[in-house]
Formats: sequence, structure tokens, C-alpha cells
Amino acid sequence: MSFLSIRNLCLALRDTGAPLLRGVSLDVAAGEVHGLVGESGAGKSMIGKAVLGILPRAVAVTAGQILLDGQDLLALPPGERRRQIGRMAALIPQDPLTALNPSRRIGPQITDRLVDILGWSRNRAEARALELLEEVQVNDPARVLRQYPHELSGGMRQRILIASAFAAEPRLIVADEPTTALDVTVQKQILRLIAGMQARHGTALLFVTHDLGVVSKVCGSLSVLYAGRVLEQAAMRDFFAAPRHAYSAALLAATPKYTDPDGSLTPVPEAILAQVRAEIVAYDAGISGGKHG
Amino acid sequence: MADLYQVENLRLSLADMTRKPPFGAAPRIEVLKGLNFCIPRGEIIGIVGGSGSGKSTLGRAMVRLLEPSGGTIRFDGTDITHLPEADLRAHRRRFQMIFQDPMSSLNPRHRVSQIIAGPLALHGFDSIGTKMAEALDHVGLPRHFATRYPHELSGGQRQRVGIARAIALRPDFILADEIVSGLDVSSQAQVLRLLEDLVRDLGLTLAFISHDLSVIRRLCHRIMVLHRGEMMELAPTAQLFAAPQAAYTRDLLEAIPLPDPDQAWA
Repeated sequence: MSFLSIRNLCLALRDTGAPLLRGVSLDVAAGEVHGLVGESGAGKSMIGKAVLGILPRAVAVTAGQILLDGQDLLALPPGERRRQIGRMAALIPQDPLTALNPSRRIGPQITDRLVDILGWSRNRAEARALELLEEVQVNDPARVLRQYPHELSGGMRQRILIASAFAAEPRLIVADEPTTALDVTVQKQILRLIAGMQARHGTALLFVTHDLGVVSKVCGSLSVLYAGRVLEQAAMRDFFAAPRHAYSAALLAATPKYTDPDGSLTPVPEAILAQVRAEIVAYDAGISGGKHG
Repeated sequence: MADLYQVENLRLSLADMTRKPPFGAAPRIEVLKGLNFCIPRGEIIGIVGGSGSGKSTLGRAMVRLLEPSGGTIRFDGTDITHLPEADLRAHRRRFQMIFQDPMSSLNPRHRVSQIIAGPLALHGFDSIGTKMAEALDHVGLPRHFATRYPHELSGGQRQRVGIARAIALRPDFILADEIVSGLDVSSQAQVLRLLEDLVRDLGLTLAFISHDLSVIRRLCHRIMVLHRGEMMELAPTAQLFAAPQAAYTRDLLEAIPLPDPDQAWA
């Protein structure tokens, strides 16, 4: 039984009704890492935001279910939904600088959620924060808890956010491009750290990225998105051995490989994009056709 | 003279404001620690390194957005190391820059036409309308895009506008600082291919700064690896990938996640 189960999720812009997600379904079991891949604007971040209940105001859910531990979040009243999500899920954001409050020390930024969501005492929460910083391999954690974000490097800040995400022992974590702002050597450390924590804690992880290289290192399965539509869902090894959708294959070909002497710079061909757009149009026609008769 | 740039013992230090005492001067940190290299005309040179390696600082010193604290930079035979701003202005047209984030480097209140025409007018060009249209053609944007605003464009299109603005001035040298790191892979490939064509067609010399070795393999003739303000390695691209000399270069290469589940990545 999957911990996170998304069924036929549709999102649209409130003012124009333009669709952002078109009938997305996916499952992530405890201890599993599922990658969401696509170009910018494909809707991969929107899925994560919908699950965490942090969609922008301009975006509305028009259909579908988001089941967390078997419970449909969208059927709950807003307050109860927030409590449930707060207890069960957490986010590792993309940009470690904007995600931390620059005017507060690191310590309270980690312990707040423990005090607010789990009702722990400050002392107990601080002891836990110390443990967590050790787990994410921060040197001199007691000192770091008293520091401000600007005193830390990008990699260090991302470690803090990982510690903060795992603090309340969530059963699901959404990681939204967590290493895009980091350089490759730091990215490697951070990815291994996230994968290690996820495996140890048995967390379900929804991993948003545009980098198929990263997917091949951390994910067990993936969904390829285009214009809010899932074009392909596959186990990671099957996907890299033989992607089923022509667009997936083109995306894989466009991913730079330093081992390839030619540098392999092949944009997704226009013919394939046309084919994908035709699929999207056919899907939209099916939806409105269904509505009217 | 074959070399467009001759850089000797380039040093640059900046005030470290995070360690500045309440009264008195901030301590200096040395960002570039004596770099020596030449860039021949027509070359595409890649500058790679981790964050804090000094790669952007080096780029900014080369186009004299920063003044070096030691050494010399010669551009086409002229010593521009400490040239005052008034004298630099005559040279600025000849070295242009393309920025990382096209959203913050394009004025959101200006139409594409104003963005490209502005520098042309500033440098006293005539028939600006024609030159602007040519620049749009060069970067593969339809001419009617001239009336659009940056927010009406995709990331890849915005980056093309940044490129058009730079090449419209017919510079000798272009500095591209991480210009594809904000783009997804397909747009990345398109922009890199475009740059490759422009360098060939317009006879440009290009320095391409990136933290990712995999995107520059095809583009660059030579690659310079920087680490903490020092040059670890400067080698022809094929040689650097086949037999990296510096341990740091090997670390950088091995850290790149290839889209291949069987890559040893431990």
C-alpha cells in the first residue's frame, strides 16, 4: 500500500482556467524515492506543492484525490488538512538562502516545527536539533545552532534544511530541486546525504528535478512530465535501459554527458514536441468531450 | 597580434565585510592569486570551478567590472588593468557580457527592442533599427519579438535576448557567465549550439564560465580549472577529459552525475 497516492489530479489557473496538471496519477511507497522529471513549466513542482498544500493562490485543484496514508487530503477541512500535512510531510526546498529566515538563528528555525506541530518542549526540541545536525554531518553543531544563515555556506545551509525536513520524522518528504543551486562536488555530498537519511528513516521521497543524471543516482522510479501530463512512468533501471516514450528518449539524449566526446547537445526535436502536443490536445478534447456527453 | 587577452600574474583582493570590525578597515581576502594565461583570437575558453573558486571574479576583472589589485590584463595590446572608467568607455563596446539570470539582467519595464537598442545608442551606432533586427535574426528570434517584454518570454528566449544585446555591438570578446545553468536541458542544448554558431559566424572570442564540465565539452577549445583563486589546470578540452592532470579536475569530473544507473559514483 502506497503512502502517497495521487489519483487523476488536475490543477488549473483560477482566472483563465488554463490547465497546469492534466490527470496526474502516481504512487510512492514508504522507503521509496520517486523522481518527477520534466522541462521548466512541465508542472513537476506543482505536484509537490499540491501534496504539501502550498499551491499559489492563483492555482485551483479542479479534480482528483491526494491520498496520504489512505486519507484524501482534499476532502478534509483546511485546518485539519494543514495539521495532517504538517505531521506527515515536509519539504526540502530548492534555494537554501531564501528558505531560511535571514534575521533568525538556525536553532529556532529547526525547533519551531517540533514545538508547533508535535507540541514538544523547547529543551527537548533543542536536543533533537543537535542530534539532527550531527546526522547531517555538520561540524560543531552546538555553535551552528546559534549562527545566522549568512554565516554558513550554501552546502551547509542545505544540510540545515535537510535536518529541518527530517526533524519531525515525516513519512513523506518532497525535495524540490534540492541541489540545483549547488556546485557539482557539493551536490554529490548532499544527494548522498538525502539518500542516506531517506533510507535510514524509511521515508517516502518525492524528488523533483530536471536532471536525469541526478534521477539515476537517487530515484527508484520516475514520472516524465510535459505540460502537466505524465508521459511515462517507469522503474528507474527500465527507464534508462529503454525509455518507452519518444519524448523521454529525446530528453535523455539532450542531457549532457561529459564522457561523450561530441558533447551530445541535441535539443528535443520539434517533431517530437509536436507529437507530444498532439497527445495533450487529444487528452483535453477527451476531457471536454466527456463533460458534454 | 594573435592573442586577444594576455593576463599576467593577475591578483584581485576584496574587502571581507563579514569580518569587518565596527571601526577600522575590513580585512582583505585574496580572491585571485596570480593567474597567467593568454586567449588567442577566435578561441572559446571554458572557465570552471566550484562556488567560491573565483571564476566569476576572474570574468568580471577581464571585462573590467572589477579592478585588479595586481598584475596586468592586456586586451588587444592595450593595458586595461587600471584604465580609468572614462578611458575604458572607448573599449567597452569590444568586450561584452551575457549574464546568468536573464530575468534580473533584462529590464522588466523595457521591451526587447529597447533592451537591444539601448547599448547601440549609447555607443553611437547609426541605423539602430536594422542592427537590432539583425541581432534578433542572429539569435533565431522572430523580429516581432521586439515589441515583447521579458516576462512574456520563456527562459531560453530571454537568454537569447541577452545574447542579441551582446552581439549587436559587434564585440571582439564575449564573457558568458553561467548562462545556461538556469535552463532545462533542451533549451541548454539550443543556447549552446547557438553560441557555437555565432562564434564561428561573427569571429568572436568567448570565455564561458560554468560549474558544470559536461555542458562545455562540446563548446570549448580549452578549459581552465580554478580552485580557490588558483589555476589548477589549463588544457585543450580533449586532453583535459582524457587525462586530467590535477586531482581537483578529477574530483570535479567524478562528481558529475551521468544519466546512467551503472556509473560508479561512490
